[in-house]
Amino acid sequence: MYNFQKDFPLIKSGKTVYLDSGATSQKPKCVLDEEYSFYKSFNANPHRGTYYLSEKATEKYNHARHTVAKFINAKFDEEIIFTKNATEAINLVAYSYGLENINNQDKVVISIMEHHSNLVPWQKVCKTKKAKLEYLYLNQNLQIEDSELEKIDSNTKIVAITMLSNVIGDRPNLEKIINKAHSVGAIVLVDGTQAACHIQIDVQKLDADFLVFSGHKMYAPLGIGVLYGKKNLLENMTPFLMGGDMIEYVNEQSTTFAPLPNKFEAGTQNIAGAVALEKAIEYISSIGYDTIQKVEKEVFDYAITKLKQLPYVDLYVSPNSTSVISFNIKNIHPHDVSTFLASDNICVRSGNHCAQPLLKFLNLDSTCRITFAIYSTKNDIDKLIDSLNKIYGKFKKYIG
Amino acid sequence: MDINSLYSELIMEHSVNSPYKKELSHPSCSSLGHNPNCGDEIKLEATIENGIIQDMAFFGHGCAISQSSTSIMIDLLKGKTTQEAKEIIEIFISMIKREKLTSEQKKRLKNALAFENVSNMPSRAKCATLSWHTLENLLNSLQ
Repeated sequence: MYNFQKDFPLIKSGKTVYLDSGATSQKPKCVLDEEYSFYKSFNANPHRGTYYLSEKATEKYNHARHTVAKFINAKFDEEIIFTKNATEAINLVAYSYGLENINNQDKVVISIMEHHSNLVPWQKVCKTKKAKLEYLYLNQNLQIEDSELEKIDSNTKIVAITMLSNVIGDRPNLEKIINKAHSVGAIVLVDGTQAACHIQIDVQKLDADFLVFSGHKMYAPLGIGVLYGKKNLLENMTPFLMGGDMIEYVNEQSTTFAPLPNKFEAGTQNIAGAVALEKAIEYISSIGYDTIQKVEKEVFDYAITKLKQLPYVDLYVSPNSTSVISFNIKNIHPHDVSTFLASDNICVRSGNHCAQPLLKFLNLDSTCRITFAIYSTKNDIDKLIDSLNKIYGKFKKYIG
Repeated sequence: MDINSLYSELIMEHSVNSPYKKELSHPSCSSLGHNPNCGDEIKLEATIENGIIQDMAFFGHGCAISQSSTSIMIDLLKGKTTQEAKEIIEIFISMIKREKLTSEQKKRLKNALAFENVSNMPSRAKCATLSWHTLENLLNSLQ
């Protein structure tokens, strides 16, 4: 019997049923301690000072980069760019690669289940360059049919696709999508934000050109994210943000830029965040993805079984989801449901989950969503079900 | 706060059985309200003659709080002058912002006082004020 709850200060008291890990995960004590210890013992601005603390901060920052590179099996450490989150990483690619390489008549292909962060930047690129933004749609099963991939054609320059949908939990067949994209000469950005804490990521095996994720959804603190990019692509891109530490020579009227990875890391970076992210990676690795998936799948299956027993609940879940469930109570608005759940200390998300085009495609205004992490338990689900029954009991006489 | 004191009988009834959830046959003006966080959308229609709100109705979708708040607002402001309506809207929004109301102001809110508890729930304040802001915009656009 596992007990990962004990690792998480906010979870272990048992007072809060936290079913919103897809929004942000809770943090294990080892990660909190690591961040504290950085500020307590090593805080200095890296790459600048010649004194011990600065050298130590630089060393720790570089080591964190190395750990991230190993974590996703990148070939070179400098293929890892630290950002504040996945959103910034996608914007970096949209601006520094997209705007430079997309032209009139070209196409960017994304899926209808993308989070706004992997959608709005591409809209902006396409509008600016008068290119076409095309969507891979879902079938009745909430999955992308192979025939949809025909949209990835010789006009396509970029395919941007999630590894795991934050609303319906679908895990699209990236191997097929990436193969297809590469066969027409397009590059692929993979949004690993939801996936990183559930699924092993191997950028070389995937052959992803870019891959992004946020630390805070995988047990690390807020404010640290990662862009992976193939070295030859990153080297040929112009910098995204300008400032200190990303330069080589600065003259009054011109500047040459630092090599990778500094070229894309302007200004003082979130070193404590990177160091804590390294600790989160160590935490995940110490458990192993096999165990993570086993634990989460058990809770997921239990939740699906229990929710299906409630005749008043509609589910919106892809068949290959293992960590995300969207649902509604018939005729009760999800915001009312989540407010009542909150009064029982049960944290769920309600709304459009930053995926308005997907909700519109599914003909929904909003849903409730539960998402799991390593500390989720069947007991959480029992409490959820009890509370849902109570809510339905209250509303029943009004909604008929 | 007890959740049932917010989802009171009055609020529940108005949210599911509003007499004002309909289209007006000949509205003189209308306005759309949208809450991008949750997707709630309402359309307010009104017939305003000689500075008096003769009739008002709404349609759209949203949570019990936004639906009942719209219904109770219409109930309260129908028959009022646009000036009175603006004053009452301002009092309602002040209440949700947790500003202290005088007993005179509270009296003017009548049934809309039922939303006082929403001021303790920052994540739901927008639901309660959506239609009030929508009507405020509508009235301001008439000038």
